[in-house]
Amino acid sequence: MGFDIRLPIGMMFSIFGVLVGGYGAATRGSEMYARHSLGININFWWGIVMLMFGGVMLLLARRRAVAARSADRTLKIK
Amino acid sequence: MRPHPHWIDYSIIGIYFTFVLGIGFVLKKYMRTSADFFLSGRSIPAWITGLAFLSANLGAQEVIGMGASGAKYGIATSHFYWVGAIPAMVFVGLFMMPFYYGSRARSVPEYLKLRFDEKTRGLNAISFAVMTVFSSGVSMYAMGKLLQLLLGWNFNAAIIVSALVVLAYTFLGGLTSAIYNEVLQFFLIVIGFIPLTFLGLKDVGGWDGLKARIGNDAMVHSWKYLGSPSTNPMGVEWFGMLMGLGFVLSFGYWCTDFLVVQRAMAADSMTSARRTPLIAAFPKMLFPFLVILPGMIAGVVSAASMSGSMTGDVSANVAARGEISLEGGKGIIPPKVDESGKPLVKDGKVVLDYDLATPMMLVRYFPSGLLGLGLCALMASFMSGMAGNTTAFNSVWTYDIYQSYINKTASDQHYLWMGRAATVFGLAISVAAAYVARQFNNIMDVLQLVFAFVNAPLFATFLLGMFWKRATGNGAFCGLLGGTAAAAVHHGLTLPAGSAPGVKGGFLGLVVHRYPSEMAQNFWTAIFAWTTCLTVTILISLLTKPRPDAELKGLVYALTDRPKDVGLSWYQKPAVLAVVVLTVLLMLNWIFW
Repeated sequence: MGFDIRLPIGMMFSIFGVLVGGYGAATRGSEMYARHSLGININFWWGIVMLMFGGVMLLLARRRAVAARSADRTLKIK
Repeated sequence: MRPHPHWIDYSIIGIYFTFVLGIGFVLKKYMRTSADFFLSGRSIPAWITGLAFLSANLGAQEVIGMGASGAKYGIATSHFYWVGAIPAMVFVGLFMMPFYYGSRARSVPEYLKLRFDEKTRGLNAISFAVMTVFSSGVSMYAMGKLLQLLLGWNFNAAIIVSALVVLAYTFLGGLTSAIYNEVLQFFLIVIGFIPLTFLGLKDVGGWDGLKARIGNDAMVHSWKYLGSPSTNPMGVEWFGMLMGLGFVLSFGYWCTDFLVVQRAMAADSMTSARRTPLIAAFPKMLFPFLVILPGMIAGVVSAASMSGSMTGDVSANVAARGEISLEGGKGIIPPKVDESGKPLVKDGKVVLDYDLATPMMLVRYFPSGLLGLGLCALMASFMSGMAGNTTAFNSVWTYDIYQSYINKTASDQHYLWMGRAATVFGLAISVAAAYVARQFNNIMDVLQLVFAFVNAPLFATFLLGMFWKRATGNGAFCGLLGGTAAAAVHHGLTLPAGSAPGVKGGFLGLVVHRYPSEMAQNFWTAIFAWTTCLTVTILISLLTKPRPDAELKGLVYALTDRPKDVGLSWYQKPAVLAVVVLTVLLMLNWIFW
């Protein structure tokens, strides 16, 4: 099947990462971090983690797509 | 204490819904035959079926129920994983998958038809269909209630919207869509819950801090106090735990429940099918840290620790708005309230609403932003459970009920259409079941009860079916009926301490035994059901005519070639994976002894 689930997973978490991480950066020093997350800007840090995870998923999906294409080409040459 | 999600939280939820539906739409074009719709064309790699195997089971009972049990019983809740799920998952992968996958059966009931006979299949198919729809309803109910309490959303609207989203993606993309979304949901749940455990543990000072704060040694050891039911909060002794949960209930669920087995059947090869539950076992072993620990932490932290100056503000807000009140609760677990909003009191003690333990943790520790992610993870767990039930239901309905009894000779396109129709009415019945589920308090106990009646005898049937070629169809059928009847009779004659006769047991008018807890009663119901089924099946089989060996090839252990794992690296072999899983499992049991 030509559908790789890593692509949407990678896309979704990259978007989440940018959104949540960006929100964290914009709300630096907000009292909500003291109130909820023990003074840690959890939005910013977890946003970065999600962005990294999303990036890895996209990379894996891309690697497979490239491998599939070159496998196709080899078949044609033969 | 009600959070006010911001635009950022709603955007996250919106993006999640978009992706879930998008996957359904993209996969629609791949659904050409009924095999695509119900079996994903047997083309999915092991890592995907493995994560889906885990995620399909990851419904309300896992995230909410395990958090609730964690708050109530402590770390001993991990028995549901480290005694229950994992050994059963290893067993189904190593020993049972060769027959499920190798027989080319399209469903678990169909395997029973191949191995035994039509009536055994019919019995299993119908009871499974009913159970599945019920479980799905429980998921929906939990979600509706939760969103209502937590965010003030409308109960009916929450149920209808979530059912419609699940309907859309399973209707369009069938099993493939459910499986792919389950993988997405798996990652969402893990990534959404890690910060919760992290922040919670950091707040209480790590595991040692948690132990000190709980102050009850029996809550922080999994085995030490299981010698007698009176010394541990679960009210269960080690034998009931090992036999009832560890053997009968868990093997009955993980090894025979089509909801999970269907994921493995969609795998692209025999090896992938066998590796499916083994791959799932790795993350599954670590789930107690994500779902049980937050529940335990919820019982010992206070809203007051939300920085000193805010405390007065929080309680004033609560009083003013008439929302969830922590007054009389424990930690941040609120009490159950009656209609007038007063805490429920039973035997002089406030009844706690344990199902809110984990959701309250989200509200407590997640600021806006992460809160959206946490809510998304919660919804993902509900939706994956619901979709899992829906796809299992539509296959069993279409193949094992409709095609077998109602319309045997229709075209493949007709069965594909019927699968879609079954998706619609299956979900409709689930919605109705959600309203039925409203009257029970602990979701986990209800599910255990249903599993005990239906699933507990089942594992005896499969064990004999797969490993004893002499077992006959008549034997299996009578065994199943006998086992289910034994479960009902046992439940009807016993009662857990502190309950009145009725749904909790004792409904046969006579109470011959009182168990220290509901859980103990459920485990023993399962043990009785299983033993009865085993005995009856063996006796009747010996009295009836066996099937000739030639007909049982590929269906019974003695008459099937051992699967060979050629062309696999050593670390990919099912047996190696199993040994690694079991070693880690022993270590976990040892650490939390």
